Amino acid sequence: MTLCLTLKALQIDRAGTPLVRLSATVTPGEVLTVMGPSGSGKSTLLAALIGALPPGFAQSGEVFLNGRNITDLPTPQRRIGLLFQDDVLFPHLSVAQNLGFGLRPGGSRTERQDRIAEALDRMGLAGFGPRDPASLSGGQRARVALARTLLSEPLALLLDEPFSRLDQTLRAQIRDLVFAEARSLPVILVTHDPEDARAAGGPVVNPL
Amino acid sequence: MLAGLGLPIAAGLAGTLAPALSGHGFAALMDWPGLPRALALSLGTGLVSTLLALAITVLMIGALHDRPGFVAFRRMLSPLLALPHAAAALGLAFLVAPSGWIARLFSPWATGWDTAPDLLILNDPMGLALTLGLVAKEVPFLMLMALAILPQTDMARRGQIAASLGYGRVAGFVLSILPALYRGLRLPVFAVLAYGMTNVDMAMILGPNLPPSLAVQITDWMGDPSLQHVPTAAAGALVQLALVAAALALWLAAERILAPLIPALASHGYRAWGWDAPLAGLAGTWAGLIALGLGAGMAGLALWSFAGLWQFPDALPQSLTLQTWTKAAPDLAQQSLTTLMIALTASLGALALALAALEAEARSCRPIGAAWLIYLPLIMPQVAFLPGLQVLALYVGAKGSVATVIAAHLVFVLPYVWLSLAPAFRGWDGRIGLAAACMGTPPARIFWRLRLLMLAAPVLTALAVGSAVSVGQYLPTLMLGGGRVETLTTEAVALSSGGNRRLIGATALLQMALPALGFALALIVPRVIFRNRRAMLAERSAAR
Amino acid sequence: MNRRRFGKTAVSTFALMMLGPRMAHAGSWEAILAEAKDQTVYWHAWGGDTKINDFIAFIGAEAQKRHGVTLEHVKLASTADAVARVRAERDAGQTSGGAVDLIWINGENFAAMKAQDLLFGPYAEGLPNWPLVDTKGKPATVTDFTLPTEGYESPWAMAQLVFEHDSATLPEPPRTLSALHDWIKANPGRFTYPQPPDYLGLTFLKQVLYGTLADPAVLQSPIDPASYEATIAPLWAFLDDIHPSLWREAKAFPENEPALGLLLADGEIGISFAFNPGRASAEIAAGTLPDTIQTFVLEGGTIGNASFVAIPFNAAHMAGAQVIANLILDPAIQAAAQDPATLGFQTVLNLDALTPEDRARFDALTLGPATLSPADLGPVLLEPHASWMVKIAEDWVQRYGVAK
Repeated sequence: MTLCLTLKALQIDRAGTPLVRLSATVTPGEVLTVMGPSGSGKSTLLAALIGALPPGFAQSGEVFLNGRNITDLPTPQRRIGLLFQDDVLFPHLSVAQNLGFGLRPGGSRTERQDRIAEALDRMGLAGFGPRDPASLSGGQRARVALARTLLSEPLALLLDEPFSRLDQTLRAQIRDLVFAEARSLPVILVTHDPEDARAAGGPVVNPL
Repeated sequence: MLAGLGLPIAAGLAGTLAPALSGHGFAALMDWPGLPRALALSLGTGLVSTLLALAITVLMIGALHDRPGFVAFRRMLSPLLALPHAAAALGLAFLVAPSGWIARLFSPWATGWDTAPDLLILNDPMGLALTLGLVAKEVPFLMLMALAILPQTDMARRGQIAASLGYGRVAGFVLSILPALYRGLRLPVFAVLAYGMTNVDMAMILGPNLPPSLAVQITDWMGDPSLQHVPTAAAGALVQLALVAAALALWLAAERILAPLIPALASHGYRAWGWDAPLAGLAGTWAGLIALGLGAGMAGLALWSFAGLWQFPDALPQSLTLQTWTKAAPDLAQQSLTTLMIALTASLGALALALAALEAEARSCRPIGAAWLIYLPLIMPQVAFLPGLQVLALYVGAKGSVATVIAAHLVFVLPYVWLSLAPAFRGWDGRIGLAAACMGTPPARIFWRLRLLMLAAPVLTALAVGSAVSVGQYLPTLMLGGGRVETLTTEAVALSSGGNRRLIGATALLQMALPALGFALALIVPRVIFRNRRAMLAERSAAR
Repeated sequence: MNRRRFGKTAVSTFALMMLGPRMAHAGSWEAILAEAKDQTVYWHAWGGDTKINDFIAFIGAEAQKRHGVTLEHVKLASTADAVARVRAERDAGQTSGGAVDLIWINGENFAAMKAQDLLFGPYAEGLPNWPLVDTKGKPATVTDFTLPTEGYESPWAMAQLVFEHDSATLPEPPRTLSALHDWIKANPGRFTYPQPPDYLGLTFLKQVLYGTLADPAVLQSPIDPASYEATIAPLWAFLDDIHPSLWREAKAFPENEPALGLLLADGEIGISFAFNPGRASAEIAAGTLPDTIQTFVLEGGTIGNASFVAIPFNAAHMAGAQVIANLILDPAIQAAAQDPATLGFQTVLNLDALTPEDRARFDALTLGPATLSPADLGPVLLEPHASWMVKIAEDWVQRYGVAK
């Protein structure tokens, strides 16, 4: 079994117009950067990879994750983590509850609490558990979102321009953190920012 | 699932209208000298009241939404909405009648009236009193619906942008937000239009009776014991149906003509600063008048429920007594309980149906087929299909019982629950669900733990709206309950034919109190459970 | 059919009753009582008057106490709703176990149900208390709008049209129709009548008919289409004359009796009327009218009739319904109904047929402050044949149904 994310002749069209033509293999620790102007099918690619392609798109080709064909699996069973442009924290839950929601089921209450506390600690957010997400700064929220995704133990990570809303200094900081935390996972980064692509250090492709 | 709702309506309609085709219904209808005036009345009161209610609602939001008084008015909305139509009409009638409270307050010291003046204020042949009554009752409804839609229009940001471009508050609102708002408000507006044209309880109290509006006359004919007029009534119901369809068509045509005006206006670039102050004044006046009218009307009824002898021109009763309440207490308690039980069951049922349909829609990413069927009960005149529905219920062996009544209420409650829930449900940020799904969360857990919880406020509001609608149902309760299911509303309408203001006051107060309680809970519960969640509270206040 | 013929019908019915083997009746009545025990009777009755509602609740308490029958008052906005219900059940093929056990009914509703075979009966003459009914002195107890009741409904109260006025502002009311006419013209906006086809409104029109027709005797026969227009002309002339001087210039009318009563209570009109000689007293007792309100009748008499209860053909609890109908004729209940403090309804019983103790219940009643004594109430004018009412109601709508 090969630990990697493989796109085999993935092809997506809408109304006869091709949006994505991509074959690639991403190994753990590698970051594949998909670059292109807005409207170029980057987001369509991500939606296809997590299995949330809206009606009206035609998809062919296959997606393998660690040797398993996940092309037709529903989103929750794919185990592909996704970080959005915005943090998309659950506004009705506290920071700790957000992380608890991400944490895979199992383990005792204290074990789960320990893992949440540990994740917060790693992100430099120790003691932030009971906080209202709305009271956090942009950088803090981005870190909570990252921790939440990692706690769900994904087998691959997709990044949908996750740094574009952050200011310059924060952006580099969070970017480094994400790449450091995800070094054991195959990562696909979608961006239009050449700086992100450079920092990722991996191959850069066009969706088409 | 929802298509099943069309069945009882179609069956009821067929059962009611069959006599129209067999008898001499149409000939008799044409023979009625009041027909042209009744048609004109239905159309006129319906269109004018809808137009006014819509204009006032839009104006109030556009001119006042960021003014301090608006929050207060918003708070008052729920109890105003909870007011059943008949109670509102009775309250208003007592207020403005020549022997009413306003006349009493100013008599005889200012007016010189020792006996009530002979002025035709209520039941005027033009239907002005009815039109104003409808406006007062429908503005709160449209307002609540609008406030449910506003968060999806990105109002705050668009407003700021328009303002930063130098537009006046109202102009900015009309040009940048109104089109989106109106798109969401269309169905409620259609419901208001159809209700205005076909309502019976308000028209009986405030409307003209020489001749009455068509719906009232149909009800009279339906109730004719000799059966002689049943074909006439059926023919009338058919005409009423056609009239509503025609009015809706007229409205749609007007939409077509007016819709391009906004972009055209926008490209002219008029900033219209000068309009803000006068329009705000106008909107404030209307808001005040409506709140005062309904509020004082209810206060008047409340006072009557404690009144001893209260003659013209006394501004207050000669004596106060608890007699009305103590005598009626056992009955009122029983009726309140029945009303509450029916309202809760019907609105919970409707909520479950609506949530199931909306969630199915969300998961399949395909819009619900035949969703328009849900709205059919809003637009169909009740007198047109209830008698047929009653016969149908008897055929299938459903005796007049609370269960039959609940089933009938469900048909009328569902569209209102849908109207107040669907915009918020569909407007929920789908990325939240996607984020959760990517963490391996199954759809059921996403629905219960995220979507439903985050939508607690609109869900509870929908429940309160549904309960209020159920509490207000008269004809369905009477006809499908076989007269055995006694609710506050059947009691109130039976009483209103008897003119006993004291007991009407007591019943109307309770009739309003039950849904008001629901609205209060819908307001308070989310505030309590989300007291430490700024984004949840902010979302609610975005519309403010 | 003329008035004398009715009397005859009534007398012969009465005679039949007296001849009937009462012991046999008593036996079957025991069976009915036994069957009725623990039944719940749904009495559909207009619910617009709290005094009447309270009285029905009182009957229910007595029924429970005496016979173990539970009485549920189904309060209607209009009696026609109950008629429609029974009709809907018949249309749906429900020939037993119907929702309506007993209906407060008379006039056109009774005529309609009887004509459509929607009623159970004849039953009234089999009630043990029937012999107490004053069918002779009060022929309206067996003729409903000239239609013989034939035992398909049982009377429960007598009603007669009386006028009401406030003696504080109007000490001397007009006591003839022409005086009333002159008063209306002299006091514009201070008189009106409920809008036909409301029952009380039509009653007023019938009263006008009695006062304006050359020969009121024609009212006891069905309408003669050939002479109708000429016969009725004086009524329209009278109305045409007073309408401009009515409340709201006849551009609006009150809906019914309570609405008319409310206008009097609000001081919007100066003279009102009701189909219950005790209404004013009962309202004064309830504190809703000032004690200066008095009643009066027109010289020559006013319209009178009886209220009845009938049992639908498919009633679920026929035995219980008959027990209630009989209980209503009980002297103690009838005396309570006549008490001005409760209802002020005149009894349907023949006081001379009562035992001394029962007679004493009635003798002990005081007249209310505004109620006329039986002598002062004057003669009772019989209801015209139902065809008059139907036609006049239609014509009224044609003539006045669209405000000018």
